[in-house]
Amino acid sequence: MITAREEKLNYLTADYGVKSWLLTVDHKRIALLYLATITLFFFLGGAFAVLIRLELLTPAGDLVQSQTYNKLFTMHGVIMVFFFLIPAVPAVLGNFLVPLMIGARDLAFPRLNLASWYIFVIGGTLSILAAILGGVDTGWTFYTPYSSTYSNTYVMITAVGIFITGFASILTGLNFIVTIHRMRAPGLTWFRMPLFIWANYAASLIMVLGTPVVAVTILLVGVERAFGLCIFNPNCGGDPVLFQHLFWFYSHPAVYIMILPTMGVISELVAACTRKQIFGYKLVAMASVAIAVLGFLVWGHHLFVSGQSVYAGLVFSFLSYAVGIPSAVKVFNWTATLYKGANTYQTPMLYAFGFIGLFTIGGLTGLMLAATGLDVHVHDTYFVVAHFHYIMVGGAIMGYLGGMHFWWPKMTGRMYPELPAKLSALVIFVGFNLTFFPQFLLGYLGMPRRYHAYPEEFQVLNVMSTAGASVLAFGYALPMFYFVWSLRYGQRVGNNPWGAKGLEWLTSSPPPTHNFDVTPIVTEPAYAYAAEEGAEIVHT
Amino acid sequence: MGSRLPLFPEQGSALAGEVDTFYFFMLAVSAFFSVLIAGLVIYFAVRYRRRSENQRGEAIHGGMTLEIAWMVIPFFLTMIMFFWSAKLFVRISRPPDDAMEIYAVGKQWMWKLQHKEGQREINELHIPLGQAVRLKMTSEDVIHSFYVPVFRTKMDVLPGRYTTTWFKPTKTGKFHLFCAEYCGTKHSGMIGWVHVMEPNEYQAWLAGGAEEGTLATRGSKLFQDLACINCHRPDGKGRGPSLEGLFGDRIDLEDGEKAVVDEGYLRESILSPQARLAKGYPPIMPTFQGLVTEDQLLQLIEYIKNTEKKTKPGAAPAAKR
Repeated sequence: MITAREEKLNYLTADYGVKSWLLTVDHKRIALLYLATITLFFFLGGAFAVLIRLELLTPAGDLVQSQTYNKLFTMHGVIMVFFFLIPAVPAVLGNFLVPLMIGARDLAFPRLNLASWYIFVIGGTLSILAAILGGVDTGWTFYTPYSSTYSNTYVMITAVGIFITGFASILTGLNFIVTIHRMRAPGLTWFRMPLFIWANYAASLIMVLGTPVVAVTILLVGVERAFGLCIFNPNCGGDPVLFQHLFWFYSHPAVYIMILPTMGVISELVAACTRKQIFGYKLVAMASVAIAVLGFLVWGHHLFVSGQSVYAGLVFSFLSYAVGIPSAVKVFNWTATLYKGANTYQTPMLYAFGFIGLFTIGGLTGLMLAATGLDVHVHDTYFVVAHFHYIMVGGAIMGYLGGMHFWWPKMTGRMYPELPAKLSALVIFVGFNLTFFPQFLLGYLGMPRRYHAYPEEFQVLNVMSTAGASVLAFGYALPMFYFVWSLRYGQRVGNNPWGAKGLEWLTSSPPPTHNFDVTPIVTEPAYAYAAEEGAEIVHT
Repeated sequence: MGSRLPLFPEQGSALAGEVDTFYFFMLAVSAFFSVLIAGLVIYFAVRYRRRSENQRGEAIHGGMTLEIAWMVIPFFLTMIMFFWSAKLFVRISRPPDDAMEIYAVGKQWMWKLQHKEGQREINELHIPLGQAVRLKMTSEDVIHSFYVPVFRTKMDVLPGRYTTTWFKPTKTGKFHLFCAEYCGTKHSGMIGWVHVMEPNEYQAWLAGGAEEGTLATRGSKLFQDLACINCHRPDGKGRGPSLEGLFGDRIDLEDGEKAVVDEGYLRESILSPQARLAKGYPPIMPTFQGLVTEDQLLQLIEYIKNTEKKTKPGAAPAAKR
């Protein structure tokens, strides 16, 4: 028995004090810094959403003024996309797990990793500052010439905030790529890597290659606003639609920054909760890379009705269908993994089920939006709003929370309480569908998005959506309470409470500062649950 | 009133029915796969639930046949979706030749519509039943989007250029017109009504308010007032080319390129005359940027469109498009 006094130091107890956190270069501590920051942003963005849904209870714009409403949905989008969804899985779970899963002591550039967080905080602070000063009303998409010439809100501060935050993303992606290439444990070949690593690798490629484009785009808007250069302003020879091309060249792949790492999480959850290798491991791994590559070629599907040529529209439609195939493959493969598995219904699995359900609906409605002739009708309506919330909230946040539950015992050494956790998964799933399914109907009926006031016939569905949102808000609040509760009262766990495969489960919970006392040697494929599949992972 | 719960929009055009048919096909495919995935997940989760603490899943790594099947089958399904929707898209994008033309100008936050016969309206559009209508649209400020849900058509309205949309109403009545592209503070107030009328009622309506003359007449007057006529003389002897019957022609440019004289070219030549200069003419025309409104531009274009080519002995007729 280990007595309290002899207890091994872990990354949480290795040092104390504010300074030890703010100057840490430990990837696990940095992950927790990110966790605290993005949780803050999530609830801030959520508060904006609450106000939006309350305003839309009635057809008249009566709760807030038009300008205020426009600022609310803009800030909701900016904060949720740039300061929560994009960093959520990579910067929190990825930061914590990438070194652990590949048997490394840390990321390749620990100081750069800390710098990323500071850059992120500076960018986030600027965006919040913009909100405090009076907000910004361009929509998170910043379409020109509205953003560059017409809006007289705090566009520049917000844009600079996003510009700066982009570098956090680039540096994190760079760090992951180098780490995955150079620091894998002996024996951990590419096709033995956990699918979470593959997914983060693919997402990192997008972060490194795509983010600079949005940075340049934002810079161009800034230059036009500040110096009157004519890039997007048609009155002096600029092209307003050029902005849309540049913006979506990054922002469509950005959706894959949100969803790819989440898909990696789901692969881990499904494997551990079925105690089975992911069906068609190689195909799932390659699908991540295929999504990352093809994702760069589909941006024009946001421009079917923007005056883009009909032929360009058709090409982008075709390519959008092509990127749908690897996503569909993943869903089929997860489903097939359940066949003859040792399936549990523990909380992470419930979240994974929720992800599969919501992502499937989000993906299938994506096929409708990729259909040129149909998109003309539903483009810029609530149909689109519903679709991307199914992917980015239903999919990405469901997977993120599933991952948080799965690795919570590894992060903290304590287990969350199972019953409220199961309840949260269920409440979020139900609340989400109540909130966003009516929006599909609203969209096909023709309700445009970003409407402060709307015709009366849309009211009933809007009321349903708002009612659902209150259920959803309750669901999101629950984990906050029991996670915090479990820090003190949760049951202590050993190295591997799930009986899961993967290097992160070999070390103690919480892990020591440098992760492994001895470097693990890998002698078997990922998820080698069946006993005959290979030798056990050995320590040397 | 607020208790109504419509679940499906009316069909106000022939295309609407076709778009809906495609939508139902998509819904059917989606429903099939949603139920399939959900059914399998639930069935497997229950059938193969973990029965003992140390139980492990069976050693199944994958299956080539299955994996190929669920790449190939979705691929073919998506290709059906692609071609079907592409066919619809091409039809939505190509107005029929017999369409009547109406001009639309979007500005923060209203729609201005001009009929060739002279009627002008704001946030209202009157059109006759059964007649294809082509809208030539531009914006005075930011990007807007002209959206009539019952027609299932939508097209962005851009500053600095003309875009086109069309519809052929099959039902009389009053239907929503929305701005679908976020355009600033009162975006949600930029809505109006499309009134589809019996053709005879439409004719009566048209006759009711053209006291200022037709669009072309007003354009002709502007052509005089702005002194365009001094250089662009009908006899071709001015400092600029004659514009009589020029619309639709393919002309040679000073830089050796060619251009088709369409709305976009005329607009550009009025606002930035040197951008695509016609061959053989000196670059002396001043810009009219800021001197003519979008509405006036449309009147000028409409006037030029309506001029007849004079048969001039010795002048080689430019090749028609």
